[in-house]
Amino acid sequence: MLDAVSPRNPEAPRHALFVRVTHWITTLCFFALLITGAEIVVSHPRFYWGETGHDLTKPLFRIPIPASRNLVPTGYRYVMPDQNGWSRYLHFEAAWVVVLTGIVYAIWGLWTGHFRSNLFPAPGDRSWRSFAAVMARHIRLRRPGEAEGFAYNSVQRATYLIVIFVLLPLVICTGLALSPGFNAAVPAIVNVLGGRQSARTLHFFVSGLLLLFLLVHVAMIVLAGFTNRMRAMISGRISYAVSPPPTLQERT
Amino acid sequence: MNKISRRKFVAAGLAATAGASGLAAAATLAKRYGLVPPDSGGIYGPGETLTYAAQRLLTKHSLAREFPRSMISKVPFPNELAPFNDAFKRQQASGFAEWKLSIDGMVAQPTSLSLSDIRSLPARSQITEVVCEEGWSYIAEWIGTPLHEVLDAAGVLPQARYVVYYSIEPEWWESIDMADALHPQTMLTYAMNDGYLPVPFGGPLRLRVPRQLGYKSVKFITRLTVTDSLKRFGKGLGGANAEDGYAWYAGI
Repeated sequence: MLDAVSPRNPEAPRHALFVRVTHWITTLCFFALLITGAEIVVSHPRFYWGETGHDLTKPLFRIPIPASRNLVPTGYRYVMPDQNGWSRYLHFEAAWVVVLTGIVYAIWGLWTGHFRSNLFPAPGDRSWRSFAAVMARHIRLRRPGEAEGFAYNSVQRATYLIVIFVLLPLVICTGLALSPGFNAAVPAIVNVLGGRQSARTLHFFVSGLLLLFLLVHVAMIVLAGFTNRMRAMISGRISYAVSPPPTLQERT
Repeated sequence: MNKISRRKFVAAGLAATAGASGLAAAATLAKRYGLVPPDSGGIYGPGETLTYAAQRLLTKHSLAREFPRSMISKVPFPNELAPFNDAFKRQQASGFAEWKLSIDGMVAQPTSLSLSDIRSLPARSQITEVVCEEGWSYIAEWIGTPLHEVLDAAGVLPQARYVVYYSIEPEWWESIDMADALHPQTMLTYAMNDGYLPVPFGGPLRLRVPRQLGYKSVKFITRLTVTDSLKRFGKGLGGANAEDGYAWYAGI
């Protein structure tokens, strides 16, 4: 057992209900988008740069897997089963849910000061030196101290800000750029990316970065104590063995 | 239950009631204004309906991107075709001299046009991209007559809502709503780049719908049916691809 948590340990409030609900809706959508996105890539595992590209043109790169369509020159004789119908339906449905959740989350985060107080660097942490120190602890896979369970450290804050305000908007925009109905109305969204195939390739890369985030995020949760961190994101309360968080200390 | 949590409880109840009645009102309005696609049932129905309704409310009149001549793909990509049936082979043997396009259903004057009839109608050329749901794309110049020219000549009745179109090949049909049917870029295409439309690209006659994915641009068109409901066509989903599990509205 990773955690030295017993039922007798006291608990402190950690994540707001709103954060927990939006976190898990987004998690569910991310898995749906990841799986269906992979299925869609399987129908044409070749990527291009610029406006156009197809089986008879030179790809920027290709993923060395069999495809789910006959004509793709993969080098394999095997054609995978086609899953694009339901994959596309689910991909766009999950995209709607995650976009609507994101909009409500952004409004809530600004309204309540969640971004300012919990995600922007804490007043004492705004130096590269302190950031580098926290980063070094992450790289050495040092298990964080109990106090870090009560608030995000500077590396977490920077990472979450990048995911929320850079990668997620980018993955949405590069995805929307691929919609023939939407890019007819807003041609700039695909033109600034250098064309349709560039947008598709970027959509793939940004998705890869989000997957990388997910893997590191889960690894860090395991390192920090899986049960206690999951408890905090589900029930909203985190348990501690030694000393309560500063906010509780002030109150008592 | 203390005062604050009771207040919260009442507020949450009111919000939920308002949300539910709002959804019901939205559904009624959506139906009345033609914002519900034929594949709105099932678990993917809500996402598909959101997509279609959003596109119809926000991007109804937008034009697909058109490109400069220099961007025409040097090598276009003719997608895979099933073996031709006898009816097509007979037409091909006679150089498509007997090719007919019939227009029936909710029109004042059901009619039948030969290829030379269609070629004598007002022509339009557009350099647009063919976008496959698999991910590949190419740009070509397409020449033909806008579908609305043919529909206007036949006299579409006011209650018409969809145009169903059929290939000479069996089990190959699709439909679009009047917004796309009357759209200036939706075109009965008989020529491509420097010559008549080659057979692999849908010659002698293909319906190009550039604001939707390639699978809505059915090849070898022989019949148009104008209707107020898709329920009586096949399984009521509005097209062969929709019956195979693909979205009916492919503008995403």
